[in-house]
Amino acid sequence: MRPNKLKKDPYNVIISGVGGQGNVLLSGFIGAALLNEGFVVSVADTFGVSQRGGSVSSHIKISQRTLYSSVTLKGKADVLIGMEPVETLRTLVEFGNRNTITIVNPRPVYPTGGVAYPDLNEVKRTIEKMSSQTKYVNATEEALKMGNPIYSNVILLGAIVGADILPLNKESFMPLLEERFPGKMLDVNLRAFNKGMELIAGA
Amino acid sequence: MANIAVNRPGSTVLLMGNEAVARGALEAGVGVAAAYPGSPTSEVIPALAEVAAEMNIYVEWSSNEKVATEVAAGASFAGIRSLGVMKQNGANVAADFIVNLNMTGIGSAGMVIFISDDPGGGTSNNEQDSRTIAKWIDNPLMEPSSAQEAKEMIKWAFEVSEAVNLLTFVRGVGRISYTRSNVVLGELPGKAKPRPFFPEIWDMNNPGKSKFTSGPFPVFHKPLHEKLEKAREIFESSSFNQYMGPEKPDLLIITCGASTSYCIEGVDELKMNERVGILKLGTTWPLPEKLVARHLSSTRKVLFVEEMDPFVERSVMELAAGLLPATANLTFFGARSGHLTPYNELSTDIVINALADILGITYQPRDSAYEDLAEEGAKLVPNRPINMCPGCPHRATYWALKNAIQLDGRNGFLCGDIGCYSMGFAGPGFFQSRTMHAMGSGTGVASGLGKLGRFGFDQPVLAMCGDSTFYHAVMPALVNGVYNNSNFTLLIVDNSATAMTGFQPHPGTGQLATGEPAAIVDMEAVCRAMGASVEICDPFDLKKTTETLLRKMQEDGGPKVVIMRHMCQLVKAKRKIPPAYKIHVDGSKCLADNCGCNRLCTRLFACPGLMVDNETGKAAIDEALCVGCGLCSDICPVHAIVKEEANR
Repeated sequence: MRPNKLKKDPYNVIISGVGGQGNVLLSGFIGAALLNEGFVVSVADTFGVSQRGGSVSSHIKISQRTLYSSVTLKGKADVLIGMEPVETLRTLVEFGNRNTITIVNPRPVYPTGGVAYPDLNEVKRTIEKMSSQTKYVNATEEALKMGNPIYSNVILLGAIVGADILPLNKESFMPLLEERFPGKMLDVNLRAFNKGMELIAGA
Repeated sequence: MANIAVNRPGSTVLLMGNEAVARGALEAGVGVAAAYPGSPTSEVIPALAEVAAEMNIYVEWSSNEKVATEVAAGASFAGIRSLGVMKQNGANVAADFIVNLNMTGIGSAGMVIFISDDPGGGTSNNEQDSRTIAKWIDNPLMEPSSAQEAKEMIKWAFEVSEAVNLLTFVRGVGRISYTRSNVVLGELPGKAKPRPFFPEIWDMNNPGKSKFTSGPFPVFHKPLHEKLEKAREIFESSSFNQYMGPEKPDLLIITCGASTSYCIEGVDELKMNERVGILKLGTTWPLPEKLVARHLSSTRKVLFVEEMDPFVERSVMELAAGLLPATANLTFFGARSGHLTPYNELSTDIVINALADILGITYQPRDSAYEDLAEEGAKLVPNRPINMCPGCPHRATYWALKNAIQLDGRNGFLCGDIGCYSMGFAGPGFFQSRTMHAMGSGTGVASGLGKLGRFGFDQPVLAMCGDSTFYHAVMPALVNGVYNNSNFTLLIVDNSATAMTGFQPHPGTGQLATGEPAAIVDMEAVCRAMGASVEICDPFDLKKTTETLLRKMQEDGGPKVVIMRHMCQLVKAKRKIPPAYKIHVDGSKCLADNCGCNRLCTRLFACPGLMVDNETGKAAIDEALCVGCGLCSDICPVHAIVKEEANR
């Protein structure tokens, strides 16, 4: 997708994960980039106590016409960015449909307090069945290789841009990355962004 | 966080509702803003504080919401526009002042309070609908439906406040406060503010502008109702009240606030725009009765869509009763009819279901084969319990507390309070917290329980509060305990931040809302001056902490304070304080299911940084989450979790 083109209006993007993984950072970048490209956006992040290790998501509604309510209607997700497999599936159960495009970071975050994690392969198979396309991006693994799991967010951002599923390109994000990561931080984050683009190209 | 003082009128920026509120106040020329942190409103004050110097405004974190409202009122009395900000619970704290402020009226400058309620309770332990306060105390109330409207409404609320000489409420909800969307900026006024002046001579003809004492009430109560009627007249022609739809709708929706967009979207989704009209009320108290009456006469069916209490629903039905028999043929749907609920957050889907039922149509967003897939998928998805963060000092405190209570053996228990440590009522605090109500209530309830010895009560009583909560509402309860010689132990979990709401500074941190240095109100000295004994523990020293708590539970006499001092892990991360330890599991020592510990580390202690290795079945460290606090190493009974000094 090239800037200023929407496949449908409104276009619904959901980013889901576990509190602390950084969905709000991602949704903030994407929301700001879309606004700069002239879209009307509404970004709703899970707020409150779920931010402490619970299930969280950010809903981004994009339109060229008008401001919509922030939360996606049941079964209306066009794009799902899953920062964690079980959370990806949880979101598909409520918001997925036959045309949902899904990008998943396949690294599990295990629930605490003795709650068992389901069989990862079965989770992945179900995600694939419930999506029109499923692409895996090993963001956490790559980030750990780069020295800090925190880079997984920007890796995922690069992957989203590389996947060409949003009306945004790398240039849309450059000023935002420069503003958010001043000085020495920029270089490593640019590497993370490029890594994400590279991973999705091979996914 | 966005800089809200960008001076580019007409440009569009992405703002969170709370930032839009702050921007609206700036555009209105606000001079003073005060609040106590409380989500969903916690971002308003930081947004204003960041630009306080460049915009020449005074911004403070107050010690509680009542004080914040009083601070704002002081500014209004002296002629400076002021903003108070609070969550729904805060409105209760402030109410005692507000019910008297409505009698005296405000000063010559407008005063606005932004309250955000929390349908769904994401950041709260109640689902209070604060709109009732505006009705109860007879003050004007508005409800924005988007961030843009929040900005415009705050601006206009100052004008209404001045026009009727009353404090004016703008009431949002979490979804408005936290949604980020396009906001078109307006003009910013110059930095200069009127010179404040407190009127020194009482003008009999203008009591509300020159004297602010709330008695004798007959002088003020009648004018209050006249002011409210004036507000109603202003509201009748407000452009924040809008109608969208056909002239004679089959069904009229009356809605307000965040629900507005659910209605618009729901009607669109069902393609019912020809049959259904939407009356969106921006001004909900006093009700613009003439406007509503006109719309009631255009239809036979009315659906009320609003979150939580049927506030507008009741006002309109009261109006309809007064308009009988003209309204005799109307059928009403809403919370009373069971089409919507007076609890939980609404959504477009909920509105669609209500509309489909009333209009007799079917709506199915997905085919049944996909629904079957979804049902299968749902079976795979486990619950994900919330938890304290990896490295959280509260986990250490609760661990020591649980052990101390068990060692004591007399069924001691904890009266909890409001903050991250509220999670102590569930797994993350090992179910130790047994009461939880308002800010400061843990200490008040403990003070009462601590006096029951004369009836044979012999369980040790403990209370907990955070450092910020201590200054907010615990101090009077502790005074009460000392004065009445009540036997309980108060744990002040001092993590150097108002952590739950976003790390705001408080009177103990030595920092102002604007980041400038401040006097430190020393909690230890305060407690001692009150007459309580005080000890300080680092909860990460589990042994000393457990022993201290055990000893305190067994002491006689009045309140004993133990300050649990350890910095919030998230604050440590923000300050880039490196991990203390590098943690690993010694696979030769971890006996997994054969140990007899019953998975103490992952099942009970349950730090998110611990997991079970799927291949070996032994405990393992999740290196993406572990922050190297080292506590798990101290609780493992066979010392299989190893901590090594990290290379700093």
